[in-house]
Amino acid sequence: MRISLFITCYNDTLFPETGKYVVRLLERLGHEIDFPLEQTCCGQMHYNTGYQTEAMPLMRRFVEIFEDAEVVCIPSSSCVAMIRDHYPKMAEAAGDPALVQKVNALLPRVYELSELLVNKLGLEDVGAYYPHRVTYHASCHSLRSLHLGDVPLQLLRNVHGIDLVELQNVDQCCGFGGTFAVKNGDVSAAMLSDKLRCVENTRAEVCTAVDNSCLMHIFGGLHRQRTGVKTVHIAEILASTEDEAAQ
Amino acid sequence: MSIRVGEAAEAPSFQKAALPLLDDTQLRKNVRHATDVITNKRAIVVGEQHDWQQLRSAASAIKEHTLRHLDHYLLQFEAACTAAGGHVHWASDADEANRTIVDLVKQYGGKEVIKVKTMTSDEIGLNKAFEANGIHPHETDLADMIIQLGHDKPSHIVVPALHKNRQQVREIFMQAMGLSELGDKPEDLTNAARHYLREKFLKVGIGFSGANYLLADTGGVCVVESEGNGRMCLTLPDVLITVAGIEKVIPGFRDLEIFLQLLPRSATGERMNPYNSLWTGVHEGDGPQHFHIVLLDNGRTRILADPESRQTLHCIRCGACLNTCPVYRQTGGHAYGSIYAGPIGAILTPQLFDMQHSQSLPYASSLCGACYEVCPVKINIPEVLIHLRGRVVREQQSGANIEAIGMKAMANIFSSRRRFEAAQRLGRIGQWPFVSKGWVKHLPGMLGNWTSVRDLQPMPQQSFRSWWRDRKKSAVAKEKADA
Repeated sequence: MRISLFITCYNDTLFPETGKYVVRLLERLGHEIDFPLEQTCCGQMHYNTGYQTEAMPLMRRFVEIFEDAEVVCIPSSSCVAMIRDHYPKMAEAAGDPALVQKVNALLPRVYELSELLVNKLGLEDVGAYYPHRVTYHASCHSLRSLHLGDVPLQLLRNVHGIDLVELQNVDQCCGFGGTFAVKNGDVSAAMLSDKLRCVENTRAEVCTAVDNSCLMHIFGGLHRQRTGVKTVHIAEILASTEDEAAQ
Repeated sequence: MSIRVGEAAEAPSFQKAALPLLDDTQLRKNVRHATDVITNKRAIVVGEQHDWQQLRSAASAIKEHTLRHLDHYLLQFEAACTAAGGHVHWASDADEANRTIVDLVKQYGGKEVIKVKTMTSDEIGLNKAFEANGIHPHETDLADMIIQLGHDKPSHIVVPALHKNRQQVREIFMQAMGLSELGDKPEDLTNAARHYLREKFLKVGIGFSGANYLLADTGGVCVVESEGNGRMCLTLPDVLITVAGIEKVIPGFRDLEIFLQLLPRSATGERMNPYNSLWTGVHEGDGPQHFHIVLLDNGRTRILADPESRQTLHCIRCGACLNTCPVYRQTGGHAYGSIYAGPIGAILTPQLFDMQHSQSLPYASSLCGACYEVCPVKINIPEVLIHLRGRVVREQQSGANIEAIGMKAMANIFSSRRRFEAAQRLGRIGQWPFVSKGWVKHLPGMLGNWTSVRDLQPMPQQSFRSWWRDRKKSAVAKEKADA
């Protein structure tokens, strides 16, 4: 399958390794990856902060770049949520019937990474090897917007060598919430503190998720407190194999 | 027209109000304990209701339908209630409602009023209006009574004194009731409250209530409560006055079937509510002989006029969104500067206020969506929050505002690949003054709110797109070499 990658603006800039792991994983599974260089941002930050007018051209841009894609893969559930939950309404508000049609035609081909693997490609065991104690943080958008349920966990359970431990209060927000973390920094910090306590209680070495945004927040706290626990995007775990570990 | 939501007009921003609450160890423990208990109970009783999602959809549809035909149903209610011997009054705002209610109490010669728990009377600041006119209101709902006796403010829609624990309640009772001895067991506290309240129930001739539902077909009014104190207020006095927001009307008696299943499970985690009082007008020799109801607008028709946010009016005040909200669970209700706390307060208060005050409230959420998930009438609170943020931004656009300038600049950068790539390059260079020992630990301005408790990894030297381009180039070069 020819899979077009929308890496997202912050992964492109701050977490390029995640993109590399996505490419390695999908190529290993026999797919051809396309990365349209014109892509930038889905508009989520603007839209959610109240700058809906500013988000509009970014929505049009995304649709133009990806409208001919066979499948779009996005390693971030919050960006998928932005596209799925808000693009149709935005296109409607733009009063542009052609745009509405394009959005509706594109949406069924847009997948978050774990969703693509399990729901579209029918895979649960991707042949990964990751000999570490790992806990999974379910991001809010993956749970309540994409309704991924335990789709990411199905993939993780099939990773060889993994010691997967359940995170207590897994459905509670880590306190990131985009601009919320700076607009309400103190409340966000209190929420983070609850999340860190749960992560540390698992005695996991690694906390993973399908969103680097939550992980950036959680790791920011874990590192400040010198816990030694690291965060990795699920793509890194799924891309890791026994061959590489042996090298 | 002056619309008032309690004392929210003078309230500080959410961020400011939250700070001292975050430092209040006892309050945080109490809020966490209470919300944990209720959410766990709720999860059990919702889990056993197999048609829960259908009930939610039905309730949402009934509310949507009623609001679409609100004029019709309100007039139908007025006619039916009047025919049953009730008196219907209309109030466009808080002042008009307070004036009407105070005049009625004076007309019946009352100096005291016994009150059933009512959020709406808090919204319009009725107790203040009573006191200004020499009328003493007695709160009879246990939690509201704790708040009143302790000169405190409610912090939750359903359990207003949730931020207080037993020991704190004991102290309040001892002081306010002049007791020298009192245990802190639930039965000790209940007995003290009962002694105190029984006297009021038997003595005071005017009862005052809110309403959970107004039934358009019969003109009936329904009040749902857990203690029976409400039932006392509704049945013992000779005069009963009720205030209700106009959105409380539902088409008829048969619709209660849906709401009386949803409300107790959502609010208190009970299968059935202990006291469901339902009355229609007056009946000779049975209950109050004079019944007045004040139908209150106070900004509701304005909310109704906005198609994006009118779903706010679906709310049945169950408080499930508060209990599940990770923000509320940290701060409790006082941070919201209004009697309407939590996620529903964050969308309701700024709308009742026309955004002049409480502009910080739509931002008091991480948009995690837990509120929408539990809402028994399917209010998409995150969607309304985002809509209201848009309104805040539009209303702030006049002044020069660092955030708005930054956001516009970012949008401009994201609108062009060339500018985006240039910004990535600039960022990599520009970040160095903030990087120390390989980490960003202090950022200036608002971004400092991040680094106050969190480290930040610096931007890596190569973006993904740059790696991708290099990889393509080397692949092409390899192909050429192979050829």
